[in-house]
Amino acid sequence: MQITLHKTLNGPQGVFTLNVDLRVEEGELLVLTGASGAGKTMLLRCVAGLEKPDSGVIRYRDESWYDSAHGICLPIQQRHAGFMFQDYALFPNLTVRGNIEFAQRKGASRKRVDELLEMMALGDLQHSKPATLSGGQKQRAALARALASEPRLLLLDEPLSALDRETRLRLQDEILNMHRQFGLTTLLVSHDISEIYKLSRRVVILESGLIAREGAPADVFGAGRDGGKFRFAGEVLAIEQADVVFAISILVGNQIVRIIATPDEAAQLKVGSRIMLLSKAFNPMLQVV
Amino acid sequence: MNYDWAPLLLSFKLAAVTTLILAVIGIPFAWWLSITRTRFKPALEALVSMPLVLPPSVLGFYLLLAFSPNNFFGKFIDDWFGVRLAFSFEGLVIASVIFSLPFMVHPVQSGFQSLPASLSEAAYTLGKSRFVTFLRVLLPNIKPSLLAGIVLAFAHTIGEFGVVLMIGGKLPNETLTASIAIYDEVESMHYATANFYAMILFAICFTILLVVYVFNKRILRAG
Repeated sequence: MQITLHKTLNGPQGVFTLNVDLRVEEGELLVLTGASGAGKTMLLRCVAGLEKPDSGVIRYRDESWYDSAHGICLPIQQRHAGFMFQDYALFPNLTVRGNIEFAQRKGASRKRVDELLEMMALGDLQHSKPATLSGGQKQRAALARALASEPRLLLLDEPLSALDRETRLRLQDEILNMHRQFGLTTLLVSHDISEIYKLSRRVVILESGLIAREGAPADVFGAGRDGGKFRFAGEVLAIEQADVVFAISILVGNQIVRIIATPDEAAQLKVGSRIMLLSKAFNPMLQVV
Repeated sequence: MNYDWAPLLLSFKLAAVTTLILAVIGIPFAWWLSITRTRFKPALEALVSMPLVLPPSVLGFYLLLAFSPNNFFGKFIDDWFGVRLAFSFEGLVIASVIFSLPFMVHPVQSGFQSLPASLSEAAYTLGKSRFVTFLRVLLPNIKPSLLAGIVLAFAHTIGEFGVVLMIGGKLPNETLTASIAIYDEVESMHYATANFYAMILFAICFTILLVVYVFNKRILRAG
């Protein structure tokens, strides 16, 4: 699949241009990442047909979905691109089963609904309305609904961002399973680096509408580039003298760590300084949590 | 005393026909207003809202001019459809549709606007047409707004007075509605008859609104 497009956008930092040239392999699971407002969602929306690029070409296999030079813009309904929205967009008036049945094409079998319900472990919830579901259940229902329409392509816009950690991990497995089972070409937006490592073999980083880097997650996120260092941003909370050295308390994330510093180092610091904590990873301890 | 039920029945007939027409044209129009990006939208919204602030006599006066067989519109309708709009039930229906339009359009439009755009977008990506999406996704999810629009349009038409007075002409069974009948009876010092109409209107309107509020609460809770 080819996605080449230009579109002028109004972002939080002012006007910028989404300028992307991407090839997506058949059956690939490609992750898009980058700061919010970089144009990831807009890219998915253009592919789905929900937005129109200013110019460019979107081709799926040998079918033109969009081609500004030839004035082609295939309607959303004919692209058969399953889209999963950040808010899931389940129809509140229909039950889980109703949502899935609604999505089916004409003549699709009822059995297929049962299969999808079973696959997503929604059998017991099939007669519930979306408002009564938890985040993870809604996500599964939305995924089942997208699959029920027999899409040729899956577009998942931050499908897991609203969920707690445990649910995320479980649903990452489900997305992987689903991808293996159906082999659907999938574009997924994610901010979570561990999620990207887990789900994809190729990741694209968007910055202000441009592709900043793309490749395997390990290359793109640069493990190895800094010589295998840990880097943490932190803030100095307290500086205490202990004999000839200083003990510095530093807030890293939600944790307070104490580091020993020489008098020379301590002299550069004061309470409230923003610092970078570096460590060569020669003997880190790993513990399963 | 012998009471004439005809004005009451006429009022309800007028309200029912008006509400039906408003449901058919007002609901799609409200949907269109909720999604349109035309730059004429503010002007259209202002026009729809005019009956809220305009004295009914102003609207009635212009409608009377328009409906007159001596003028283009009235003559056109008379010649082509054989319908005389001035001082007739058909004329009242048209006037009521215009006059009650905001009561249908406002609640329904805000109902549509309260739905997240992703709902219709999701339906489109599932291959559903705009019409199917409107019918099966949007309408069922704004039931309380639809109910509010229908009831307000109905109740407001029952309560119409000024416009009917201007273009109606008090013809029994044709344009003599209950609200006009009350005014007439009071003018002729028939307080008992006026009270009869007034009491019934009061009771019925109260009952309708009561049912709506009870029902609406249940819809909201279930939704």
